[in-house]
Amino acid sequence: MTASSAVAVQRVALFATCFNDTMFPEAPKATVRLLERLGISVEFPLEQTCCGQMFTNTGYADEAIPLVRSFVKTFGPYDAIVAPSGSCVGSVREQYASLATRAGDAGLSRDVDQLAPRVYELSEFLVNVLGRTDVGAYFPHRTTYHPTCHSLRMLRVGDRPQQLLSAVRGITLVDLPQAAECCGFGGTFAMKNADVSVAMGSDKVRHVRETQAEVLVAGDNSCLAHIGGLLGRQRAGVRTLHLAEVLASTEEDPA
Amino acid sequence: MPKFPSMARDGLANTQQRRNLQHATHTIRSKRATVVDEVPDWEELRVRGAAVKDQVLAHLDDYLVQLEASLTASGATVHWARDADEANRIVRDLVQAKEVDELVKVKSMATQEIELNEALEEVGISAWETDLAELIVQLGHDRPSHILVPAIHRNRSEIRDIFREEMGAVGTPAPDGLTDEPTDLAEAARRHLREKFLRAKVAVSGANFAVADTGTLVVLESEGNGRMCLTLPETLISVVGIEKVVPTWEDLDVFMQLLPRSSTGERMNPYTSMWTGTTEGDGPQEVHVVLLDNGRTSVLADEVGRQALRCIRCSACLNVCPVYERAGGHAYGSVYPGPIGAILTPQLRGTSSPLDQSLPYASSLCGACFDVCPVRIQIPELLVHLRTQVVDEHRGGRPSAEGVAMRTASWMFADHRRYEKAQRASTMSSKLLGERTTLGRLPWPASSWSGARDAPAPPRETFRQWWVRTHGSESR
Repeated sequence: MTASSAVAVQRVALFATCFNDTMFPEAPKATVRLLERLGISVEFPLEQTCCGQMFTNTGYADEAIPLVRSFVKTFGPYDAIVAPSGSCVGSVREQYASLATRAGDAGLSRDVDQLAPRVYELSEFLVNVLGRTDVGAYFPHRTTYHPTCHSLRMLRVGDRPQQLLSAVRGITLVDLPQAAECCGFGGTFAMKNADVSVAMGSDKVRHVRETQAEVLVAGDNSCLAHIGGLLGRQRAGVRTLHLAEVLASTEEDPA
Repeated sequence: MPKFPSMARDGLANTQQRRNLQHATHTIRSKRATVVDEVPDWEELRVRGAAVKDQVLAHLDDYLVQLEASLTASGATVHWARDADEANRIVRDLVQAKEVDELVKVKSMATQEIELNEALEEVGISAWETDLAELIVQLGHDRPSHILVPAIHRNRSEIRDIFREEMGAVGTPAPDGLTDEPTDLAEAARRHLREKFLRAKVAVSGANFAVADTGTLVVLESEGNGRMCLTLPETLISVVGIEKVVPTWEDLDVFMQLLPRSSTGERMNPYTSMWTGTTEGDGPQEVHVVLLDNGRTSVLADEVGRQALRCIRCSACLNVCPVYERAGGHAYGSVYPGPIGAILTPQLRGTSSPLDQSLPYASSLCGACFDVCPVRIQIPELLVHLRTQVVDEHRGGRPSAEGVAMRTASWMFADHRRYEKAQRASTMSSKLLGERTTLGRLPWPASSWSGARDAPAPPRETFRQWWVRTHGSESR
């Protein structure tokens, strides 16, 4: 797509996601800084809370349905909804339709069908909607990238994040061995099957350390909290950062 | 049986098994990727494979009646079995009528599923597995750990030890000084099995496919041992799941391409045997086919869940699954381990036991299984579907701690004012923590996170508070 497609997008809303909002505010802050730098006026509807993914994926569909209603109501008026989380975007795009069917509400199903295609993961929005791969970032660090499962296999974002990272000035981007393999977070899986989750995460951490990167980047803070939690316990000296933070980073305001 | 997490703990602790599994799954995984990449229309083939299976499932009753008619016309005798007990009784009666106390077996998941060997053993009939890996499992008094490679969790020195210690007690012993060289191990198995092939009067098989219009059963294998069983004995009994039917001979072509590349990473499997009833003077003179339901019709009744019956047991999903690779097949407590087992087992058995309730949660929903599935079973979606079923079945009863927590959290998230109030408690606690950015070991239930992972300390200011401070609450 070309940059001209940005013209069609009048109102852009940020969906911060509850996890980022409460635990990792730097990622949505960076998203705002980045989009404003690219000339987008971002709005943040204060009625937003949680997409409901944790409920859906743990089997609590009835508990997710009120959150689907609230999401649709909150974001309905916007042309594009951008979130710094592949997995929350995946939940809206891939799971809302069946939740609406379960609710037996034809109106809700219609609203979901209408809204879901307008919800974008950050790299999709930058590359597809704004037509940008060089966002003018500066980040002079040895960096490796973990493509999270939901970005990779649910949203099929492909190599868009790598395209964006490659254009960052000063960066040394190194390949992560077995990058496409799950880190073991998996939402409540990390708690319900903690032993297997940690075993998977330990292998991911081993590969991260093999790269000798200073920074591990991903598009989902939930996966990063898990991998970062293991790196931290090992005192590995590897920083975890959200993709948005790297892309927002400049010489004047480094991440 | 205990739940998956505690069964997985044993697998995780078994470092030898983890090394064996890691090596084997990664080897098959990359072989599969290479041969799949060679096929330009792979995606189209997957769609066709799924479509054939869906067509069969939509009209299963008609195709089964047609299959029964063609089998009968070609000289086979058809039996119907509602469940494992019925199937085992049918096979037992047929074998006992032949007045034999042993038989040879072609590797078959259906007979594993109904625990036929154990049922035969109860009446003094020995069923000898002839597939090399199944033989290793049987001699080792072990359970299969993988659909296609049942002894995947064993390495060759373990196999040498099993052969040395066990072969003699049940037949031709292992040669003296048996080494762990693959050719020596194969030769020991060959000698051991040859004696059994030549003596057996009865063979039992399954089938990969059953062609409705011709009454032809099909078995794909790598070693030729199955073919020995299918041709030498006088009586052949095939136990076939009712979902194995395909409409016509032409429909096989898509599966002959999908199955070998997905399962063994081969362009073509070494042995494909097809047999249609009986032929005078050639092969088994008595052929019985036991069509097995054992929960399949209840899977069929679930509109979302029925796609699991497309499964052609290729095991590609096991080989890419990061959970299977670490926990091992035994953790799934079923002959169907890995991602397909995590859905198929609770579907076939129901979710009444703690193990079967835990299986849909034995996944991080990473989606690698769907990408490799040759018949496009949406395994991650089905896992979520089954999780919903497990939760729904417990609604109305005494609420679990998890249920209460989920309901409370949903109530909190449903209104942003309640959510903001909870956030204020979070930032307050952060101020009490001082300069710390991470938390160490935490009390239960957070301990299941913090046992091996640092937990992030909540920030001093949420994003929302920052936004209102910098952009104002009017700016939305």
